[in-house]
Amino acid sequence: MWHTGRLNVLEFTFLVWTGSLIAGFLGALTGLGGGVVLVPLLTIFFHVDLRYAIGASLVSVIATSSGSAAAYVKEGFSNIRIGMFLEIATTLGALVGAYLTARISPSVIAVIFGLMLMYSAYISRRMRPRAETEQPPDRVATKLRMNDSFPDTSGIRHYNVYHVPAGFGVMFGAGTLSGLLGIGSGALKVVAMDQAMKIPFKVSTTTSNFMIGVTAAASAGVYLSRGYIDPTLAMPVMLGVLIGSLMGTRVLVKTQTKRLRLVFSIVIVLLGMEMLLKGFAGRF
Amino acid sequence: MTVNHGTGPQERRTQNWYDERMENVIAQLLRGGVLAAGLVVIGGAVPYLGFHPRAHVDYRTFHGEPAQLKTVHGIVSAAFSGDTQAIMQLGLLLLIATPIVRVAFSVFAFAVEGDRLYVFFTLIVLGVLLYSLFGSFLIV
Repeated sequence: MWHTGRLNVLEFTFLVWTGSLIAGFLGALTGLGGGVVLVPLLTIFFHVDLRYAIGASLVSVIATSSGSAAAYVKEGFSNIRIGMFLEIATTLGALVGAYLTARISPSVIAVIFGLMLMYSAYISRRMRPRAETEQPPDRVATKLRMNDSFPDTSGIRHYNVYHVPAGFGVMFGAGTLSGLLGIGSGALKVVAMDQAMKIPFKVSTTTSNFMIGVTAAASAGVYLSRGYIDPTLAMPVMLGVLIGSLMGTRVLVKTQTKRLRLVFSIVIVLLGMEMLLKGFAGRF
Repeated sequence: MTVNHGTGPQERRTQNWYDERMENVIAQLLRGGVLAAGLVVIGGAVPYLGFHPRAHVDYRTFHGEPAQLKTVHGIVSAAFSGDTQAIMQLGLLLLIATPIVRVAFSVFAFAVEGDRLYVFFTLIVLGVLLYSLFGSFLIV
């Protein structure tokens, strides 16, 4: 472990940049997102105050979401109406979450963060496309014009959307966690769309990625006016994660990521435990 | 051409065509925003690192940022007076603004489609985002 007090600006910036680059690269490669490991990386290894770490992480989340959106859009999977409607829930949740960060003690936030890390590692292990069942279209989803189609291997596939209120509710929760912890909470967004609303997995993941940037922007304003976003720290984090994740998306197509996903999941669980322990010990 | 609110195959196809075009413009917009933000951040980072590379930094304790790095107005005016930290912060501000511009564009795009319901939804999202950036200091 390094002590930030002994590092000069150049060394500190370079190390944080390198760490963020690796986090972004592995996050994109495994589909687990780089944001979740950034805050533990900064707080545990670089002894950064939790609030500065959350601020820098949130900024990098916006960068990765926006930076990779261009690649996803070309594939024609994302559903702009579903995304925009659910963004009402995620942005309101993000505002609530961002306000909560100032009210809740950092140690409690660290505990919530630890639980969130373990949950996202768990969900990534068991998330697989569910079996499709034909059901009559849902009335609310039809009214909101959410039913759509996307290019599949076997041609254009139509899909219907269900349980809109339940999805909306989970999205509010995802937004709150995003604002509270400075993460994208992509895993929870995918759960809301794929599991609750029965939206095809590919559409869920790409629409989620589209939504992450807007959700994060909703808490970023609050973070900025609170002084959580320090440019000298956010600079290497944002540049590192952005470059790393763009590299990760390039490599993604060519590599077998199964073993890597497992290793990265274990790393996430370990970081989650460390956050939990330090949080319970009140060391934040 | 007006797109009505039905979901027949013809309407659906038209909706898809508009949506695809909208998504393409949005993708360009996001890419451009991130690129611009990254360049401005680097533009501030180079002189910042060059001027005092041997200085020490400490992020262990939270002090909050000075006023000039906390508000849109403060950041812009400090950046234009040459403050290197404010230039980096201006880049980050551009990054935060990118999804907001994206949502603002969607209001326009849904309006062109004649989709009033989604213009309304998008305006709510835009309202929340603008409130966060410009009005949140009221309740801090």
